[in-house]
Order: sequence, then structure tokens, then C-alpha cells
Amino acid sequence: MKALVCVKRVIDYNVKPRVKSDGTGVDLANVKMSMNPFDEIAVEEAIRLKEKGVVTEIVAVSVGPAKAQETLRTALAMGADRAVLVQVDDGVDVEPLAVAKIIKGVVGEEAPGLIITGKQAIDDDSNQVGQMVAALLGRPQGTFANEVTVEGDSVVVKREIDGGLETVKLALPAVVTTDLRLNEPRYASLPNIMKAKSKPLATKSPADYGVDIAPRLKTLKVAEPAVRSAGIKVADVDALVAKVKELGIA
Amino acid sequence: MKTLVWVEHDNASVKDATLSVVTAAAQLGEVHLLVAGSGCAAVAEAAKDIAGVGKVHLADDAAYANALAENVAPLVADLMGHHDAFLAPATTTGKNIAPRVAALLDVAQISDILSVEGPKTFTRPIYAGNAIATVESTDAKLVITVRGTAFAKADATGGAGSVEAVATGADSGLSSFVGSEIAKSERPELTSAKVIVSGGRALKDADTFQATIFPLADKLGAAVGASRAAVDAGYVPNDYQVGQTGKIVAPEVYVAVGISGAIQHLAGMKDSKTIIAINKDEDAPIFQVADLGLVADLFNAVPELTGKL
Repeated sequence: MKALVCVKRVIDYNVKPRVKSDGTGVDLANVKMSMNPFDEIAVEEAIRLKEKGVVTEIVAVSVGPAKAQETLRTALAMGADRAVLVQVDDGVDVEPLAVAKIIKGVVGEEAPGLIITGKQAIDDDSNQVGQMVAALLGRPQGTFANEVTVEGDSVVVKREIDGGLETVKLALPAVVTTDLRLNEPRYASLPNIMKAKSKPLATKSPADYGVDIAPRLKTLKVAEPAVRSAGIKVADVDALVAKVKELGIA
Repeated sequence: MKTLVWVEHDNASVKDATLSVVTAAAQLGEVHLLVAGSGCAAVAEAAKDIAGVGKVHLADDAAYANALAENVAPLVADLMGHHDAFLAPATTTGKNIAPRVAALLDVAQISDILSVEGPKTFTRPIYAGNAIATVESTDAKLVITVRGTAFAKADATGGAGSVEAVATGADSGLSSFVGSEIAKSERPELTSAKVIVSGGRALKDADTFQATIFPLADKLGAAVGASRAAVDAGYVPNDYQVGQTGKIVAPEVYVAVGISGAIQHLAGMKDSKTIIAINKDEDAPIFQVADLGLVADLFNAVPELTGKL
């Protein structure tokens, strides 16, 4: 069975985003970019399924600018076999719905049994693509996965839900979106990083899949959130108790 | 504008998350509700009493028992034939279903809205709440998830809606519910609690976490939360996690114990009314957002605090 893993190039997890002074967006110039952390978990899960003999080939796909090649090379260095970059111009944001339509097009070519992606990207925090891909394909979805087990022609997904965990069984092909505790992604070793450079990476365009990426949402403004100012520090527990009682909490 | 609100429920009662969504929907127009479930007539009866509600669509069918997205998304998409906006709470249920509905309708979803600025204009957090975007939809219909802490809860009573059964669809046959492990707790639910006591990695292990945090929470009648680090380390189950990728909370009082305050954690709790932080590192970022800070060893300070309250 083939696995398709969808990855996104985003601002690095450890970088504090700065809103541009003209209010048009977040300043990404000269900012460290990395693979979306949830997508790293998706790549890792596909590799583990391959190591178990369940998955035979892993194709990584990204929709993004030319530099998203670096993100795909990271996936290849971790253990993906091939990559597809659906390239858009620098600075063009492709909305989740258009990304899902493109992924649907890639699925049409690749016919994977499993499509795995992160539950959300840490830039737009939309949490939409996996569910939308599943809808467009008319296939089941296992979102916020905590455990993934392939059993014959179905996949059992343990999901992280608000009250605890829920298990669903999905007919393959299926879409799985990853939550934080599904696995701990490996680091690519230096020899694997070198090997990844010669793995195949195809470049396509949204038009190749007949997808219009014109945005449906107009971003009118991007602003800093209201700042919370620091309060006071108290000297000891007695002072804290006094303050807490003053607030009428206890 | 006619809105359709997803009622979050357990086939017995309406969950509080629904009430904030009703408030958001009322700012757009007429509020209709959808109760999809199995043996859930009592939920619809209760839902029609929510203040401001018009019609309650009741889809009672075994296929909807566990809110499987494969079964409920086509139902919602169908009902959207005569509604202009679909709103769901940004809970794991809402986040699972809404994008599937949006794709079926060919609509760009607006996730996790914080405010309604106009008939098609909303604010929403991006970059873990480090920026707030104002976005306007150009689609004919709207699909929205609502951040519960950003909207007041509608009154659960005082409404005069009517219940109407709707035609139900078949089971998709694509997915089935196997089971769930829902934590049972005497404490209030994290997302609706007035007081939350949260612990971080500094709590050492599961036993220490319980021995330190739980008595204080019990004293305050509080829910218990945790940082991602504490959850990853296995001190508490995943559903305790507060933060960008966990639960977003905004209680009256948030007590952060041994939590340094990574931006991803702050994203989940910085709208709390009063934040109290106890940490031995006086430079911890949590103190930059705390109203009351105590620099102390938590293993001495927390038991002392519990004793003196």
C-alpha cells in the first residue's frame, strides 16, 4: 500500500511571529522556516508503517513556494521515497480548500491507501485540510490520531477528543490527521540527508490539477493581540493567600 | 440571514459549548439548531428552550449516534440548502465535522472565530494567537467554528423554539465507532470551569502531580489542566492539555503551577480573567502575563497554600 504524506513549510515552532507594522500579515522575511511539526509526525507515522511492512512506498507532497523543496527534502531524508511539489509563487497563500483540491488531484495520480497529514499547520491554525481531502474524495477520516493500526482493508484510529480518547474503524483508502502524541519524529541522519538529495522530486503547478487557487477569504487586517500586562509579585504564600481572599476566590 | 448551529451533546443533554455558538449565530441572524444523534429527542427538547432559538432540526438516527463526520456532514450539507451559515463550536467534534461540510459545499471555512465584525467579516487567531486576522468571506454560504471562550453563553432557558424532525440519511458504511475512553471526574469540565489549577513539567511525575495539584484544585473547586510538557511526560492524560493545540480556556482564575509559559501554552489561557503563577524561576515568561506571581519552590508553596486557603 502506498502512503501519501502532506507537509507544509511554516515558520519554525520556536520563532515568535511578529506582525508587520502595516497590518498586512506576519513578517516572514529572514525568519527560520521548518516543516509543520504535526506534518513531521505524519511523515514519521508513514515511515513506521513502512518499517512494519504495511506501507510499501511513501510519497511526500507539499503545496507551496519553490523553497518548500527544502521541506520535502527533509521528508525524504527522514525516509519518504519520492516527493511532489505543487509550486506556487512566493508569498502566495493557498487556502485549505484549494490545498485539499490539489491533494485530491495528486491522490488521483498516486492512488494511495492512506493519506496522512498534520491536524493543523501552526501558521494559519485552520485545522481543515485533512477533513476536506476526505470529503472531496468521499473517503473516511480519522482526525487527531493518537494511534494508527492498519488491519486488512481498514485502519483503526484512536483519536484525541475533548473528553479523552475515541476509537473509530475506517475503510481504506482513508485520511488520517495526526495529533501530538502519535509518535516522536526521528531526526534525519547525515547520510540520509545526503541520500535524500538524489531521491526524485517532481514539480507541478495547481493548474496541472485544474485547481483555481484564488482566495475565497479576504484578509482585511492582521493585528497584534491585546497585550496583557504583568501584575505584581507577592513575597510569600501568606501574601498570596491574602490577595486571593481579596479577589474573593477562596 | 438564517444560521444553523451544531448542538454539541451526548444524546442526553446539551453541552455548554453550544451556548457560546448560539450567541455568535444570533449576531448574524435567525438561529436554527441541529440536534443530530440517536435517541436524542430530550436534547432537542432542551435545546428549543435556549434563549433566541427558532427552529430545532432533530435528526434522530442510529447513524448519528457518535457524530461520525462521514454520516453527519452530508446531513448538514443538505440542510444548508436552506440556511446561509453553519456554525459549530471549535471542539474536537466541531473541528472534525465543519471542514467536511465546508468542502462538500465548496466553501472556505473560517476557523475559531473570536468576534463577528459584519455579516461576512470575522476575527480569528493565527500563529498560536500571536496575531489576530480580520477576514471577510466571499463565498455565498458561511462555514464557521466558534471559539467558546470568546462569546458569552446564551441563556439555556427562556427560549421558545420548536422541534421539527428532518429526514435522515443512510450510514455511509465508510466508518464505524469502536469505543471511547472518557475520563470520569468529579471536577468541573476544563473548558467551562470558573477556576483552573494547571501543572507543568516541574511536577516531576504522575504521583507528585496528583499529590500536589489535586488537593489545591479540590480546595478551590477547580478543574485540573496541564502544560504540553506535563502531558507528554505522562503525568496526566492528553485531554488535560491547555494550549494552542490543546484546550483553549478562559476561566475567572487560572493558577499555573510550575509552568514556564511557552507561547503555545499562553495561547490557550491568556484570556483568563486572573492569572496566578507559582514558579521558582523568577524570569519565567509566565510572570509576564500573571496578575499575581509567587517566586517559590512549588513543593513547599502549593501545600502551604492549600492548607491556608
